Formats: sequence, C-alpha cells, structure tokens
Amino acid sequence: MLSPDEWQVVALSLKVSGTAIACTIPLAFALAYLLARVSFPGKVVLDALIHLPLVLPPVVTGWMLLIAFAPDGPLGRVVMALTGGTVLFRWSGAAIAAAVMALPLMVRAMRLSIEAVDRRLESAARTLGASRWRVFRTITLPLSLPGLIAGAVLGFARALGEFGATITFVSNIPGETQTLPLAIYSQLQVPGSDAVVFRLACVSVALSLGALVVSEILTRRAGRGQHVL
Amino acid sequence: MFFEVDVEARAGDTDLACRFTAPEGLTVLFGPSGAGKTSTLNMIAGLLAPVRGRIAVNGRVLFDSAARINLPPEARGAGYVFQEPRLFPHMRIAANLNYGRKRASADDRAFAHLTGILGIAHLLARWPRTLSGGEARRVAIARALLSDPAFLLLDEPLSSLDRPRREEIMGVIERVRDELRLPILMVTHDHGEADRLASQVVEI
Repeated sequence: MLSPDEWQVVALSLKVSGTAIACTIPLAFALAYLLARVSFPGKVVLDALIHLPLVLPPVVTGWMLLIAFAPDGPLGRVVMALTGGTVLFRWSGAAIAAAVMALPLMVRAMRLSIEAVDRRLESAARTLGASRWRVFRTITLPLSLPGLIAGAVLGFARALGEFGATITFVSNIPGETQTLPLAIYSQLQVPGSDAVVFRLACVSVALSLGALVVSEILTRRAGRGQHVL
Repeated sequence: MFFEVDVEARAGDTDLACRFTAPEGLTVLFGPSGAGKTSTLNMIAGLLAPVRGRIAVNGRVLFDSAARINLPPEARGAGYVFQEPRLFPHMRIAANLNYGRKRASADDRAFAHLTGILGIAHLLARWPRTLSGGEARRVAIARALLSDPAFLLLDEPLSSLDRPRREEIMGVIERVRDELRLPILMVTHDHGEADRLASQVVEI
C-alpha cells in the first residue's frame, strides 16, 4: 500500500501529534479549569491569548514561535540551558507548533465539560467529609472525563493537520519535520506524483475522520450523563 | 442549646438575618419559600458564608466572624440531605453510600443495619439513574447518616414525593430521631409535616 518513505511520513506525523497532545493535556485541563471555575483579574486576556492561534494566520503563529525559540530568543535560551540543543528544525519543534495550534480546541472542549459538572454534587461531597482535592479527584475529574478525552482527540486531529505554523517554524525536512500535510504539499510540487498524493490524502482523511467520530461519540455520551470508562 | 445560630447573610439579591437556638431532637425551620430556610442550612453546613454572625453546634463553634473562625464543610460534621438526592451519577449505590464513611470496613454491621432500616439493601449494585424518586431519597438519607454526622440537616425531605412515599420517608425520619438520637434540623413549609415530626418549631 504505502512505500517505506510514506510510512515514515505517517509515523512521524503520529509521533509529532501524539507527543504534542500527551504533553498538552494537563496544561489544557488546568487552563480549562481555571477559566471555568476561577474568576481573577485578566481572565479575559488569558482567554483571548489561548484562543489567538485559532484566529491568527498560522504563518504568524509560526513566525512568533521562530522568534521565541531562536537560539537567542527568550524560550530558545531556556531550551538551550535545559537540553543544550534547540527545537528549531527538529521534530520536537513540530510538536510544539502542533501543541500551540491544538491548545485552543482542547481548552474549549474541556472547559465546556467542566462547566457542565453539577456543582451541587461537589458541595454534597464536601458535606460528606471530602477535601477539595478529593472532590476534584472523585467527582469533578471523572464527570468531566468525556470532555477531556473528546478535547484530546479533537486536538490530536488538529495537530495532524497542522501546516502553516509548522512549515514556518521548523521548515519541511523529510524524516525530521515533514509531517503528512507537508509531505503532501511537497509531492504536489513534483510532476507525476499524483498517486503518492492520493495515498497520503487518503491516510489524512481516514485519521481525521476517525478522530472526529471518536470525539463525537464521547461528547454525546457526556451529553447523556453517561460515564465513559 | 444544641444549635446556636445568629447570622446575617446575602444570598443572591436578598439580605437575610436569622437567629435561633434549638435543643436536641427534631427542630423544624418553618416559613414561606424565599424566607432563607435553605440558605440557613447551607450556612450551618459551611456551603454559604454569612456576612457576619456566629454558628455553634453542641458547643463547637463552626463559624464566628468576630473570631475569624470558618470551618470548611468537610470539618463540620453535618449530615446534609438536600432537596434533590444529589447522588453521584458515576458511582453505583454502594459507592455512593461509602463515599463519606471514615471506617469503611470496621462498621459493616452499622452499614447493614442502616440499609436494612431504609430498605435499600437490594439497590447496592444499581446506578443512581435507575432509581425511583423515593429510593433515591432514601439512599441520600443513608449516605448522609453513614458519614457519621454529629447532626442532620434535612431540606424539604418530603417534597415532590407521592403520598405513600411521604409516609415511608416520614417513618424513616422518626426512626432516625428516636433510635439513632441524632439532632435534626429540618426545613419544611408543610404544617402537617411540622406538627407530626417536630419537637420544636422555629419560624423564619
């Protein structure tokens, strides 16, 4: 079906998106919880900042990442100090771009599910002797789990499709940063590679469709008040 | 006096002031809707902070604005049965009942006794959404009692039940009052309930 080169593209895409989402889930859930439950000054600004990548041209997001993670950039220095290397033109950079682009979608889905948790259940748990932390662990988290998973799956689909920010930030290097959309774009420049483009496009459609269906099923379950696991 | 309450609070847009003392036994807080009965229970349970005032139960201060005491709900020892059952939908009945138990295994006889009294022993493996209104209410009462409370707060425990269920729950409350000898503060706006159950009535 797929050639070794094409498999490499698919594997790299899954690695980049998977890493991006796995690392972003705790941050996204914490932000979602903050936005859903806590009122603090500057909340509107934080909300807008999180959603910025959703409305900004991806090229601009990629350019901003490039500035921030450049060797002498503010985040680039941190990375250099911690790891002695850089994320520029590396798959880890592609994962960062994917994470930034997926974050707004994840936070949105998780925030909705946290807001849907009946707070009266939480106060009931408190009167039964549970601390705030135990209430979070045993009531809030399990009841918002469908939204958490739906948000992660949605973010995963978004990360798989990331193009603009990735190509701007970490370029288009086969085997390192060339994910599915970038590979399709490159093949489109090569005459006579219609079959490759077709196969990679099919893989894209299948992965995205699968993610959407899973996310939809979980969201509906949550809407009926059922537990996922 | 067992309950000593003297508080001022804001609930939404209404101010309310409430002052009463009550002995052990069952005290009914009686008054029209919107008089702040539920808010009073919430303040005693620690779910709503009074603007100022003092709340003590059995000599133990739960809230005192002057002394800056405000115990969190989990430290107040209230067994609170809300107007709605508020069963945790993602836990089976057994897990709901065990949620507030501190000595989960040591007290199995108490567990069996109570689920027997309340007629819910056959429901333990069920999910909350499969229960009828009367069953859910009995589970909520049992869950509150199993958390080993120092006193019980009942918020209209008989509302939205049909007549046979009301009789059944009233019987349960009488048994809790007489056999477990737990001090109870109960909210209602029904004269019949107040007359039958109360050892004292406080008008709010």
